[in-house]
Amino acid sequence: MSTNRPGPSTGGTDAPAPDAEGYGAPRRFWRALDRHRPPGVDAADRSWRSPLRGPWLTAVYGSVLLVALPLVIVTGLLDYAAYGPRFDQAFPSDVGWLRLPTFDWPTRPSWLFRVTQGLHVTLGIVLIPVVLGKLWSVIPKLFNWPPARSLAQVLERVTLLLLVGGILFQIATGLLNIQYSYLFGFDFYTAHYFGAWIFTGAFVAHVVLKLPRLISALRSRPLGAELRTPRAETRPEPPDPDDLVAARPGPATVSRRGAVGLVGGGALLLAALTVGQSLDGPLRRTALLLPRGRQPGPGPNGFPVNRTIAAAGVRPEQTGPGWRLMLRGGGRTVTLDRPGLLAMAQHTAALPISCVEGWSTRQTWTGVRLRDLAALAGVADPAAARVSSLEQAGLFRTAVLAPNQVLDPDSLLALRVNGVDLSPDHGYPARVIVPALPGVHCTKWVAEIAFQGRADD
Amino acid sequence: MTDLMARLRAGYGAGPRHLIVVTAAIVLAGWVALRVAGEATAGRMLLWFLGAVIAHDLVLFPAYATADRVLRALVRPRAGNRVALLNHLRVPTLGAALLFVVYSPGILRLGETTHLAATGQDQRPYLVRWLLLSAALFLLSALTYALRALPRGRQSSGKRSERA
Repeated sequence: MSTNRPGPSTGGTDAPAPDAEGYGAPRRFWRALDRHRPPGVDAADRSWRSPLRGPWLTAVYGSVLLVALPLVIVTGLLDYAAYGPRFDQAFPSDVGWLRLPTFDWPTRPSWLFRVTQGLHVTLGIVLIPVVLGKLWSVIPKLFNWPPARSLAQVLERVTLLLLVGGILFQIATGLLNIQYSYLFGFDFYTAHYFGAWIFTGAFVAHVVLKLPRLISALRSRPLGAELRTPRAETRPEPPDPDDLVAARPGPATVSRRGAVGLVGGGALLLAALTVGQSLDGPLRRTALLLPRGRQPGPGPNGFPVNRTIAAAGVRPEQTGPGWRLMLRGGGRTVTLDRPGLLAMAQHTAALPISCVEGWSTRQTWTGVRLRDLAALAGVADPAAARVSSLEQAGLFRTAVLAPNQVLDPDSLLALRVNGVDLSPDHGYPARVIVPALPGVHCTKWVAEIAFQGRADD
Repeated sequence: MTDLMARLRAGYGAGPRHLIVVTAAIVLAGWVALRVAGEATAGRMLLWFLGAVIAHDLVLFPAYATADRVLRALVRPRAGNRVALLNHLRVPTLGAALLFVVYSPGILRLGETTHLAATGQDQRPYLVRWLLLSAALFLLSALTYALRALPRGRQSSGKRSERA
């Protein structure tokens, strides 16, 4: 029973109070800081009313985040890997050692990217109420006086700023990006990637310091019993060393079950309004408030577009009968028109197209196998293939494919989708579709494919 | 060794593990910040990072806490009240507010041109959809309130309050 320890403690069970009053060196400074209470801090201290705040509720929200946030972090890093950092086409490109070890992004299972990016975005959204609930449960600590009693507490407060700033920054930039609202005026990829590392570092530190506290708090009140306690019988937790429990709590207006249910209900509501963008069929429309819950039109080409032909600046005359596909490889150049491509062996594959912004859809594509085109260009065993679009300006006007992505039997230069010609917005006259490849690398309005042989390295 | 540890605890205020993990997190953040500092928009990123904390801790939280106090003053929950009207107002309000915060870029039509370039569609439907969803939340809450409050007259008083 060390509940007489004043003020916020510094962490896990291995960090006992530096002295009886909890001050570090220089003790006179920290004690003076403690004594000079600015006006308002006592009023703020008394104003915390909720009897629900306490280690148990914080630990419940915290344990959800402890399990789910690593999934968001890992799937985010996998999305970066899927962009192909080996070919310098993952953004930001210069990240030093702040990335997963380089590996060739597989083409199987074909839904791999659909799952990694879908999990990243969906889980990121679904966790927002949990993050808000967790912040609500600990917010009195922000107004605690003194803000620190030792250097250890100062440094921990800095990491908490990185933790809270990090998660809110990631949520804000992510939400704006998937809704195409670039209010922030900086590069999304750079900000979201580096923001993730700042958050991850602070998250790891927080888990290391707080895990013992989380476990003891969860053990302090059995979950089942707590979830059966009605509002009328809801009492504050005993005073805790972290000062989460209010000094003068009011009567409960919600049970702890209610507080957990409220956050869980918010998460379910967001899930119900988000998963639709990763589903095909009638359930897609359930993403009522997201751009990808809507279909751009009826018919075989009526599935989401990531960039319209108008936005790409591709003119209709470029895609007309005068369009030619240029294949380059080993000093040879082959030029094909669309009838010539249609005369080659056609292959049909049902493959998802998935965007890093969290939506995906599975369609049936028909076209020429990329490996057939590689063979035609005289590079049967390519080291890479650079695909270029008619588009002049976009960030993704070219994309490099790894050997496994060229050679997969379902990797296509698609000419048709769902039994009809591609629409202009879906890349007519020809587009790339490769299993598990991020949508932005499935180049549309293809003008040229340059196959690089193994010997050319 | 134990003497060194004791001096660390007394001076620093925590054990060595604490020092190692917080230093690692701060060094990592500093290294990232140095990397980003070269970007022309680094200042904006910092502004958004700190702005996000201020927006939550000093704007959003005080706003919803105050709104809840006002609501509680208006709808005084009585001690023996079987069904809390307060919570039947809180839940749909929080639901509508949550949807607004998460999907505000579409609801407020922030980014018409980028949205159109990406999807070929405008942002017009979202506001009406959000209003309808919010109305549905309030309606659902009102219905459950009515269902829970109705049998009260026929039941004996002093029963357990609230149910799942």
